[in-house]
Amino acid sequence: MKKEVFPAYWEKHSPQVRLCRWVAWLVFVALCVFCWQEMNRDTLWYFVTDAPNQFRDISGRMWPPRWSYLNELWEPLWDTLNIATLGTALGVVIALPVAFLAARNTTPSRHFVRPIALYIIAASRSINSLIWALLLVAILGPGLLAGIIAIALRSIGFIAKLMYEAIEEVNTTQLSAITATGASPLQVLDYGIVPQVLPSFIGTSIFRWDINIRESTILGLVGAGGIGLKLEESMSTLAWPQVAVIFVAILTTVVFSEWISAKVRHLLI
Amino acid sequence: MGGGDGLMEYPTQWRKPPLIANAGLRYGVLLLVIIYTYLAMGSVEVNWSRVYEGLDRGWRFVQAFLQPDFTSRWSNISQGLIESLTMTLTSTVAGVVLSIPFALGSARNLAPRWIYLFCRSFIAIARSFQEIIIAILCVALFGFGPFAGFVTLTFATVGFLAKLFAEEIEATDPAALTAMRATGAGWLQQINYAIQPQVLPRIIGLSMYRLDINFRESAVIGIVGAGGIGATLNTAMDRYEYDSAAAILLIIIGLVMIAEFVSNVIRTRLQ
Repeated sequence: MKKEVFPAYWEKHSPQVRLCRWVAWLVFVALCVFCWQEMNRDTLWYFVTDAPNQFRDISGRMWPPRWSYLNELWEPLWDTLNIATLGTALGVVIALPVAFLAARNTTPSRHFVRPIALYIIAASRSINSLIWALLLVAILGPGLLAGIIAIALRSIGFIAKLMYEAIEEVNTTQLSAITATGASPLQVLDYGIVPQVLPSFIGTSIFRWDINIRESTILGLVGAGGIGLKLEESMSTLAWPQVAVIFVAILTTVVFSEWISAKVRHLLI
Repeated sequence: MGGGDGLMEYPTQWRKPPLIANAGLRYGVLLLVIIYTYLAMGSVEVNWSRVYEGLDRGWRFVQAFLQPDFTSRWSNISQGLIESLTMTLTSTVAGVVLSIPFALGSARNLAPRWIYLFCRSFIAIARSFQEIIIAILCVALFGFGPFAGFVTLTFATVGFLAKLFAEEIEATDPAALTAMRATGAGWLQQINYAIQPQVLPRIIGLSMYRLDINFRESAVIGIVGAGGIGATLNTAMDRYEYDSAAAILLIIIGLVMIAEFVSNVIRTRLQ
């Protein structure tokens, strides 16, 4: 009777697979080390090692915060809120048709219109709102309008992407039922698709509004209005006690908007 | 459709019920929206003559997109790109490594209460501030250049990933953990054998997603001096070199699309 040889230890992978994994890890680590060195070629380590002192220095200057400065912040905060809200509203208005054109089941042409809509979504998502603001300030001049449009352009991709995914997931039996009554395509859209996707649309918009509050706090750095303008002003004059107040104001606004957004979405879903 | 004979009259057309059933609430919300829009619009001042001047610039920008100039600023662009790419990779790796202890600390089923509270508040603060604001502070602390960007992105990555990882850990099947505990395994062994196999695919997927986000962010934080392609873009815009700016934007869009495609492929292969 032939005796079978069993390995003394159980091993998850064969030696070849282990070798491949080992090489892959080696390449990955080497790549990280290379990137680290490449990135830090011009880094002045003196400044980096000095960072704890700098940190102590700056936090020392920030304390105590100049609370009286808060009175000058109400208007920029209101502007920031408006940039986020109007920007989101504009973004939703533009994103709606884009989403319907991008969804596989509602697009008029899968080979022609759908790729264009998908490209709009990808392009809007790849460019940060700060870059949009940079462009728009050059074109429209500084002010709230540039901020609102920047937020809107940036939001289109996000909102349209989540919306078209919701549209593609609609239940088709309801659509066939409505089509069977002799409804026109627009009526199918109105009575079959819209009621199914509306809650997710509203949820998405509110989620984006929450993100946009955060984004709009910095648009002022490139001149597009809001509390970022005051931050830029205080930073450039090294008024650290004011910067501290601005940070507190931003933190409070962001936390508050997150709370509202969570509440409203909870009500809807 | 006659009345008579005691038959009820039915409407010939069906109407959709309104979104908010209560009429008072419906009109109240509508009124609030109108008042808000009116007030908000009132604070938007538009200088139409400035816009008119700007239209010319906007048109030149659109034209620049049709013939982007990659060559004349190529040395600056390539340097910015290298900074952005190296920053993206190193900060994602460092962020993932650092976020794992924070995730373990902020998972309710693993950590003691005081560690949980500490980690959660750290994450909440890291998430509340925009990357740009953190970048401004990092530039003040570490000086100009990609190192400040690296610290910024690492910090933001920890805030983002630790929260999602912690949610994954909290959602794991507790049976495995109980079984490991019953064998008398130590804490590290419990994590390694009961938690890690359950969450690893999601951790890799989320890390890939963050790599994608970090590249996008690395394209902006240069505007405040934290290195990367954003600095080059800012300079190009300041000099009104729209053809170079268009080239940079096209490169960013292209790279983001490649990154998204690659991370999608990897994520679908993992799941």
